[in-house]
Amino acid sequence: MDFQYPRGGSYDPAMPIPTPFHDRTAPLCTSLQWKDWAGFHAVCRYGTHLEAEYHAIRQSAGLLDVSPLTKIAVAGRDAAAFLSFVTCRDIQRLRPARVRYVAICDEAGKLVDDGTVMNLGDGSYRLTAASPIWRWIDRFSAGFDVSLVDESDSIASLAIQGPRSRAILEQAAGEKIPLRYFQLATMSLDGIPIEISRTGYTGDLGYELWCQAEHSTALWDRLMEAGKPHRLLPVGLDALDIVRIEAGFVLQGVDYFSAPTCLIESRKSSPFEAGIGFAVDLGRGSFVGSEALERENRMAPRSKLVGLELSLPDIEKLHASVGLPPVLPIEACRTSRPVYIRARQVGYITSSTFSPILKSAIALATVEGSVGEPGTGLEVEFTIEHVHHRIPATVVERPFFDPPRKRD
Amino acid sequence: MAVSYDQVIIGGGHNGLTCAAYLARAGRKVLVLEARHVLGGAAVTEEVFPGFKYSVCSYVVSLLRPEIIRELELTRHGLELIPLECSFSPYPDGSSLVRWPDREQTRREIAHFSPRDAEAYPLFGDAMIRLARFVRPILDKPPPDAIDPGLGGLLDLLKLGRSFRRLDPVDRLRKIQMFTMSAVDFLDRWFESDALKAPMAVSGIIGTFLGVRSPGTAYVLLHHYMGEIDGASRSWGFARGGTGAVSCAIADAARSFGAEIRTEAPVARIDVRNGEARSVVLEDGSEISARQIISAVDPRRTFFGLVGREHLDPDFATSIERFKYRGSSGKVNLALDRLPSFTSRPGDGPHLRGDIAIAPSIDALELAYDEAKYGRWSSRPYLNIVIPSVVDPTIAPPGKHVMSIFVQYAPYQLEGGPESWPQHREAFGDTVIETLEEYCPGLSDSILHRQVLTPWDLEQEFGLTEGNIFHGELSLEQLFFLRPTAGWANYRTPVKNLWMCASGTHPGGGVMGSPGRNAARALLKARV
Repeated sequence: MDFQYPRGGSYDPAMPIPTPFHDRTAPLCTSLQWKDWAGFHAVCRYGTHLEAEYHAIRQSAGLLDVSPLTKIAVAGRDAAAFLSFVTCRDIQRLRPARVRYVAICDEAGKLVDDGTVMNLGDGSYRLTAASPIWRWIDRFSAGFDVSLVDESDSIASLAIQGPRSRAILEQAAGEKIPLRYFQLATMSLDGIPIEISRTGYTGDLGYELWCQAEHSTALWDRLMEAGKPHRLLPVGLDALDIVRIEAGFVLQGVDYFSAPTCLIESRKSSPFEAGIGFAVDLGRGSFVGSEALERENRMAPRSKLVGLELSLPDIEKLHASVGLPPVLPIEACRTSRPVYIRARQVGYITSSTFSPILKSAIALATVEGSVGEPGTGLEVEFTIEHVHHRIPATVVERPFFDPPRKRD
Repeated sequence: MAVSYDQVIIGGGHNGLTCAAYLARAGRKVLVLEARHVLGGAAVTEEVFPGFKYSVCSYVVSLLRPEIIRELELTRHGLELIPLECSFSPYPDGSSLVRWPDREQTRREIAHFSPRDAEAYPLFGDAMIRLARFVRPILDKPPPDAIDPGLGGLLDLLKLGRSFRRLDPVDRLRKIQMFTMSAVDFLDRWFESDALKAPMAVSGIIGTFLGVRSPGTAYVLLHHYMGEIDGASRSWGFARGGTGAVSCAIADAARSFGAEIRTEAPVARIDVRNGEARSVVLEDGSEISARQIISAVDPRRTFFGLVGREHLDPDFATSIERFKYRGSSGKVNLALDRLPSFTSRPGDGPHLRGDIAIAPSIDALELAYDEAKYGRWSSRPYLNIVIPSVVDPTIAPPGKHVMSIFVQYAPYQLEGGPESWPQHREAFGDTVIETLEEYCPGLSDSILHRQVLTPWDLEQEFGLTEGNIFHGELSLEQLFFLRPTAGWANYRTPVKNLWMCASGTHPGGGVMGSPGRNAARALLKARV
């Protein structure tokens, strides 16, 4: 099987491809700030400043076009067995209408991608991932009775996230949506056939909706209309980047790199090192990377992912010392910065942001396996006026922000 | 006599609670006594109309010190602040101006009125930030006593002088201008467009009985930029659940440190013997003794209402008597069936996510003041409006909204005397709605419930003397080492063991928390 070219091949390769929601998102994106996500047009922020979008996710609800996610339909007698082989999770134990977060590794136990597997209940599954991965998993399909169809272009997806997301969906659907955390349902929303999963990338109450691309506009309109009284706002990727750090979620290509794309060994990470060791089910027989992961699991970790809280008073003091007001932009930063204990570099920050809801500066960092206990005091590099300084930081538990409504 | 405390605090407003939290955190046995059934004083949320939560009095969280949020872990105690996104000013001719957080977007808006002003506006902001930086450190500690400074005070004054010298000469001149000029005169040096100047000038008059052309009002403009230098903290905003959520979070923090808080416990008087405060006597006759008594009510009520003139030095009593309140504002809270639609920017949109100023022109503002000077409320008052339900859906049912309207001028000293306010209350409310209807036709039809607060109501219900929202005018002669009076700006009073911790002390009003924190720190340092 070959890659299906998007939308019947009728796109201009000079431009990122419009997602199925483009007709709706484009007029709303008054900032004209877009970026390329897996080859697609994706909105960075709808307005020129993104605080309203951030607060919508935490106070009311935000609607995000996540169609560029890779979506692969996995069917056939061996579907569960195959997914248990290509991911680190035991999908054979995944009950119908449930979703599981998965890590995908190479044979050396190094991360390729992370995503979710949904058990659609009819014997078929859907694998989602951050980047194109059909070819990678197809390499392992020999010997399995399984069919793999890349539905990335034919299935449109929306995330609706925030404390009001349930109320909005129930209003749009005209019925209760009693989904539990990581549960899935197939339903008709006002006549539009969708799958709906209680999942997301925000660490808040939220859902992801999946429909055939031809229904995308109708679905968007229905949700925006139902969301109006609840102050639903369309939200771009910039606000998402802040909330996902608050939620402690790692991002492929930022906090870890996909092993096949790494030119050097030291750039690769295992799921344990990337802070998603919980997505590895060991002791269940062989799967891609299992030997290496079993071995690694028995040893002390080489490095690990931790949450850091940077000392805001020290950041303020540092600004004051050069006569500047302490302006921390409300925007996530993906610049790598060294982390020290005294003179020794023990790691590096990969993602950082000011958290408006916590009023603190937080970061995800990879540090040596021996230094990551919560409460540990470290120093991180902080550049101001072109001069390197160091400011104190403390290792804290992830997630930084974990509202009970996420699971209630 | 009942159990004894280290400190008893009279008044459960946000400053009293802040003071209590800091004292309890330092291990003191603290009791807070609040007269009303609900905590928060003027920083309060009440469900006056079912399903709609009004921030009855104070409607934005202005300059709440980031130190307090951190030190008391207010986020953990439930405080979530949502920033005010913009400032929207509709004009009678159908035009409008919105100032946004994005500089370029704001420039494009202003350029519609004056390309010259569009260029000057960001520079003005930068200049204000530089000047605000000079003022900000003063907020977080007791002011030095310039009249009789003592050694420590001299050092503080010296530091202040040094930071003044460190300012650019141009900024030094601006600083002096700000202390002496009117808001309008100061803005005239920067801008030509009335549409821009009018909504900017009003920040100089809020909480004072002055007009935009009165000298001294320029200084207060600076307070507006103080939030900017708190940088990331973004301290201008709504508290999720209404302004009362600030008080609730602080109270929760205070309790977590062991403070005791009682509501419906009105204090009748402070028992003073031989010049020393010994206990508080509640209205129910019970008496509670403490090592110190800290008043979080305003200076006049503290000294004349609770202490009694017979216990005060006559000169001190006179100075407290002359401390000006002159409440000049009222408040209208509305429950709305739908969002208002402004003629100049119809429908829903981001322009409704900030504050809305009805300040049509400099002349209109000055005219509004003229009427108030002679005991009438303005027939076309300045309105500062917020619709917090636009960003906080917890305070109104889905699709419905809460609108909070701050109204200036509503003079406490009405022609027929302040007691006559209740009979004019609804007529005053009508004036406000009629004013707003000119910009927002159809508003009246969407009103489900209306609450009108006159200065008289603010005094009677919330204990704000003469209805002044800041426990005394925020005018230059009543600030810093002169608040509430020379020699007593350090939170102490001439009555031994009686302290003050609220907006009538430095640095003054607003939901800042500084007086409460500063007072607690001064008391702990004093080792009394």
